[in-house]
Amino acid sequence: MALVKNNLVIKDAWINLDDEQDLPTGDVIVSLERWKTERETLLARSGQLGIRLNSDENPDQIIEDLAVFQVIALNFPTFMDGRAYSYARLLRERHGFDGELRATGNVLRDQVFLMHRCGFDAFEIAAGDNKALQIWLDAQKEMTTFYQPTGDGRKTAMSLRQRKRLAKAVS
Amino acid sequence: MTKQVITANRLDDGLAVFYGLDGQWHSSVSQAACVEKGEAAENLLANASNEENQLVVVGPYLIDVCGETGTLEPVRYRELIRTKGPSVRPDLGYQSN
Amino acid sequence: MYKYDDYDQQLVDERIEQFRDQVNRRLSGDLSEEEFRPLRLMNGVYLQLHAYMLRVAVPYGTMNSAQMRQFAYIARKYDKGYGHFTTRQNIQFNWPKLVDLPDILTDLSKVQMHAIQTSGNCIRNTTTDQFAGASYDELEDPRPWCEIIRQWSTMHPEFTYLPRKFKMAVTGAPNDRAAVAIHDIGLRIRRDDQGDLGFEVMVGGGLGRTPMIGKTICEFLPKEDLLSYLEAILRVYNQFGRRDNKYKARIKILVHEIGAEKFAELVEKEWEEIRDSVLHLPAEEIEEIQAHFNPPAFEVLPAHSSAYSEKVSSDQKFAYWVQNNVREHKQQGYAIANISLKPIGGIPGDINHQQMDLVADLADQFSFGEIRSTHEQNLVLAHVKRDDLYDLWQRLDEYGLATPNSGLITDLIACPGLDYCALANSRSIPLAQRISERFGELDRQHDIGKIQIKISGCINACTHHHVGHIGILGVDKKGQEFYQITLGGRADENAKIGKIVGAGLSTDEVVDAVETLINTYLDLRENADETFLDAFNRVGETPFKEALYGAGKK
Repeated sequence: MALVKNNLVIKDAWINLDDEQDLPTGDVIVSLERWKTERETLLARSGQLGIRLNSDENPDQIIEDLAVFQVIALNFPTFMDGRAYSYARLLRERHGFDGELRATGNVLRDQVFLMHRCGFDAFEIAAGDNKALQIWLDAQKEMTTFYQPTGDGRKTAMSLRQRKRLAKAVS
Repeated sequence: MTKQVITANRLDDGLAVFYGLDGQWHSSVSQAACVEKGEAAENLLANASNEENQLVVVGPYLIDVCGETGTLEPVRYRELIRTKGPSVRPDLGYQSN
Repeated sequence: MYKYDDYDQQLVDERIEQFRDQVNRRLSGDLSEEEFRPLRLMNGVYLQLHAYMLRVAVPYGTMNSAQMRQFAYIARKYDKGYGHFTTRQNIQFNWPKLVDLPDILTDLSKVQMHAIQTSGNCIRNTTTDQFAGASYDELEDPRPWCEIIRQWSTMHPEFTYLPRKFKMAVTGAPNDRAAVAIHDIGLRIRRDDQGDLGFEVMVGGGLGRTPMIGKTICEFLPKEDLLSYLEAILRVYNQFGRRDNKYKARIKILVHEIGAEKFAELVEKEWEEIRDSVLHLPAEEIEEIQAHFNPPAFEVLPAHSSAYSEKVSSDQKFAYWVQNNVREHKQQGYAIANISLKPIGGIPGDINHQQMDLVADLADQFSFGEIRSTHEQNLVLAHVKRDDLYDLWQRLDEYGLATPNSGLITDLIACPGLDYCALANSRSIPLAQRISERFGELDRQHDIGKIQIKISGCINACTHHHVGHIGILGVDKKGQEFYQITLGGRADENAKIGKIVGAGLSTDEVVDAVETLINTYLDLRENADETFLDAFNRVGETPFKEALYGAGKK
């Protein structure tokens, strides 16, 4: 398992905490369930806090608390379950979440780029470090033309056409 | 007792093929390895589905057949159509050869 | 019609290289079949009974002669000399090799064609009225909107892994020829009280196991808000559509389970958030796309033509073709010509490479180089000068493309069924052929009048059998093909799901049963102008049921 972020394989400094596990010191990622039941305890800790959501756990439930989390890990139980693409865009584009948005679970070569377009910036890829990095680098090279505006800032065909029209009008 | 053979589609061209005693895939059902339904069939399917075969065929599965080796024929009409070709285009598929 | 600019072309080219790489990774074992399958489907590649099948998108059913010629070339070079037009206005090739597919796609891209999203759990090719831009009853040409939707939906990063497939249709005319009510989203261009044009938005229509007519969730959507509204619908569906059971994953189930009002509320709430975002369509963008669909350079022609009238009165065969296959055009002196892909006893929707080349030539010669495909699996030349119809007809006739049966009983719609399709339970084509032969005599077809028979080989209902005037569904009963009949369905602006009339019928019984239904209709109709559907609506199912199964039986 490798964590890819910003075109690098990085060491995962976060402890992905089981619900039964005792709270350690350091930075932890907890389940929605644990966040709900141990909210006060978790807030009182000194380490950083992250939360992981399954695909059937809509981030609507944590919108009020976004400022608390430095990481939100959205799980893809299978790559065919596309709910987290919407969750990611809403978290980034509507609710302004600017921490790490991590894709976990069945994160594969042919989907990571779509994930990135939707706002994910960290990817847990089930491969060795070099392979995982290669997967990410290969995937993001494939497409350079886009029709849909998302929060990723990539220029769409429509915006480029508009720019061309403007340039023409000026000249 | 029910006799079975294994069929699949070949990965590179998609044509219907049948798993032979020699461990190869053949275009004619008559060359298929015929086994009894049950353990023998499941064992053969495990072989036909191994990693190596995943690079040769797609989706191997067992079908019921009747007849003897050399004149085997699938029982279900769906599989019969697969062994021959579209019933509405007798000029196409294996039946045209 | 729409012409790609550099961006469109580049996207398609990149997509092909992406797919080429995916194919290579599958062949080398880097991708498992489980991982590869959704990827190939999203590029239109199925694995059927005998071989792979490639479904090429014909965006909203409009193509040019160069594209049709390229289909002919592909049919010759990579396939077995023919193709099949589908009920969603696309074309399928039945025998391509996986290893050839990237090259086929490259050849298609040379004429601005692709197979993107012709399958998979994503937004599919948007369909529309085959007479768009030509019909007298149209408020506005729907195709620019289809193109706007095509671009927005192509490789949409958020909506590529939806719970299930997603189909849209648009009509610009009150007479709905696009069956919008049985699509996941149906758009109907209409006027509001001020006379402005916008869309009525329907959601949750669809057939399959749970047939449903779409519900209107927005009476009037301003045009510039189209994409934000669609994005809102898709976002609600992507988050809340069921993923636990693939038979309950279509949007119609979500709409049904939470209710259309609640669904509309969710969409409205989402829409309010994004309505004024970058998805808001600038007027100049709409105009730019609309300009691609400007009417061709029609000649000013007289209202009457004695040469044409003379041909109609002197050649009975031609007159029949005109009567059945030619439709009124909005431009004086022009006509819409239907090219039947339903020869008597033939395979509905199939067309061979010589016929493709011919249609391309005829489009160049007679119809500004433009061709339409229809969801009834026929072709259309939309802008033919009335005085050219006779020459056109003669050329079509030489190639078996002038069957004068548009809208008549032998204009049957049939899916490939178990002759090709891996999902089918029974065959459809042989049944269509037998019905066509039974009723092939033209006088008899005229006597029977307008009627639509739709045959599906499984419950996925690719031919929309639920909304056929007579619908026939093939099922597998203990290893035998059986056929279940529904009556009274319709797909037009008064869309309605047909009723199942009784127990399934065997292959031997079903053609006789159709004839029994037709004879029952002929006996009870009030006059020759009362169609099968009108008569059915007047008298109900009982007389038909009794005729099929005997009085007193269920």
